[in-house]
Amino acid sequence: MSVSVRIPTILRSYTGGAAEVSAEAGTLREVIAALNAEFPGISGKILDDAGKLRRFVNVYVGDEDVRLAQGLDTPVQPGVQVSVIPAVAGG
Amino acid sequence: MSTPVTKIPSRFGYASGLACRECGQNYDLGAQHACSECFGPLEVGYDLAPLTREKIEAGPQNIWRYASLLPVPPDVAATPNTEPGCTRLVRADNLARALGMRALWVKDERGNPTHSFKDRVVAVALAAAVEMGFKVLACPSTGNLANAVAAAAARAGIRSVVLIPADLEQQKILGTAVYGGTLVTVDGSYDDVNRLASELADTRDDWAFVNVNVRPYYAEGSKTIGYEIAEQLGWRLPSQVVVPVASGAQLVKIDKAFRELSALGLVADADCRVFGAQATGCAPVAAAFRAGQDVVQPVRPATIAKSLAIGNPADGPYVLDVVRRTGGAVADVTDEQIVDAILLLAATEGIFGETAAGVTLAVLRKLLASGQLDPAAETVIINSGDGLKTLDAVASAVPAVTPIRASLQAFAELESLRAATAGAA
Repeated sequence: MSVSVRIPTILRSYTGGAAEVSAEAGTLREVIAALNAEFPGISGKILDDAGKLRRFVNVYVGDEDVRLAQGLDTPVQPGVQVSVIPAVAGG
Repeated sequence: MSTPVTKIPSRFGYASGLACRECGQNYDLGAQHACSECFGPLEVGYDLAPLTREKIEAGPQNIWRYASLLPVPPDVAATPNTEPGCTRLVRADNLARALGMRALWVKDERGNPTHSFKDRVVAVALAAAVEMGFKVLACPSTGNLANAVAAAAARAGIRSVVLIPADLEQQKILGTAVYGGTLVTVDGSYDDVNRLASELADTRDDWAFVNVNVRPYYAEGSKTIGYEIAEQLGWRLPSQVVVPVASGAQLVKIDKAFRELSALGLVADADCRVFGAQATGCAPVAAAFRAGQDVVQPVRPATIAKSLAIGNPADGPYVLDVVRRTGGAVADVTDEQIVDAILLLAATEGIFGETAAGVTLAVLRKLLASGQLDPAAETVIINSGDGLKTLDAVASAVPAVTPIRASLQAFAELESLRAATAGAA
């Protein structure tokens, strides 16, 4: 049962250029760990040394910013899109 | 014995590179906005040439008088652009009297080509984007940026693509569509539109999203607000400045401008306390300030101050750094206080500011009342844009009027009625 993860340009060097990859459903933490198993080193860009979401990374599960949900414990259902996007705002 | 080296500006002026504000990683000048190591925002760094007041004063009456402090080509003033900047710094004596202040100024950004400070940041983004070979000028926007991008692109003869939330004020939607570019309205909040734009920017190589992929250049444009304030005060810094906070970029860059002028010896070393203003319905930075935290928790915005309705402000942490370093604060005010402040500014100074200006003035009042702002200290507040673009906010606060017949008698009856109502009030 898999979910789809959109990868920003900055991280595509880890995924061999792929803009979208699949992972097993679970919590966001589990999805990131699964990605790291397949693309070693990628989780170090998304999570800091303490295992928390880096300040300037936004992760959306479906349309929801996970910081407004349960953070890394946010459940990711099968078929849902996860998006990793560098944080910018203002306009 | 060494001879002084004359610095030669490049197509990006005296900009020397980009650096990550979080981890310090350096990058060459280019269309990158986030650090490859930690996703942190990149900032333009400079190797500035010496500059004199006379040289600036000899420049054009627009932002390009400060071109040598911006990442733009030296001949930028000759390129097709809307020539923003050099807006009035209004001495607000009536307002000062009403607030019990000694010296208060309003930096009135309505004087820009599309009536908001956004014309400045767009002009810088456009100049840099052209140098980098982009063909389309684009943005996600809460309104003012949309107007500015559409107009600047029209003047420069290039295509614009603008994305906005569908529930924006009518004036802002029409004020963008009129320039003939591509306008897309999105069912969602500004944060949703911003996210869409970030994803689009990743897929369109020759589209310059001014506040996304060329953001480091764009943001530098707000420094010109600070430069002008200092120059207009006679080459000195105010003691206090109150700035509206959406993403937080404007506040951070105004402070940067003051520090650059100090470092260049163009103003005497002086401290300017910087204060940020938010609406209670979207006050993630104010909340973090009050809680003494470094991290800004995102919120879901709900305020009439739509131009400040950014629930996840990327410059939030840097705003906290600046206000804490300078001895300022970030505060928030209710929608009712915002509308009262818009009316106060209009009635005392004849200036009709947008909702963000109401937020700024209302926060000034709040911080005066709390003692955090010194009423005797010279203070500048920013009117970031025109009230004509946020008419909905004041519609219910302005008394309704019924038309009279065109006769002297009807007029006299109206005067008596109003006098009687005022007497009873």
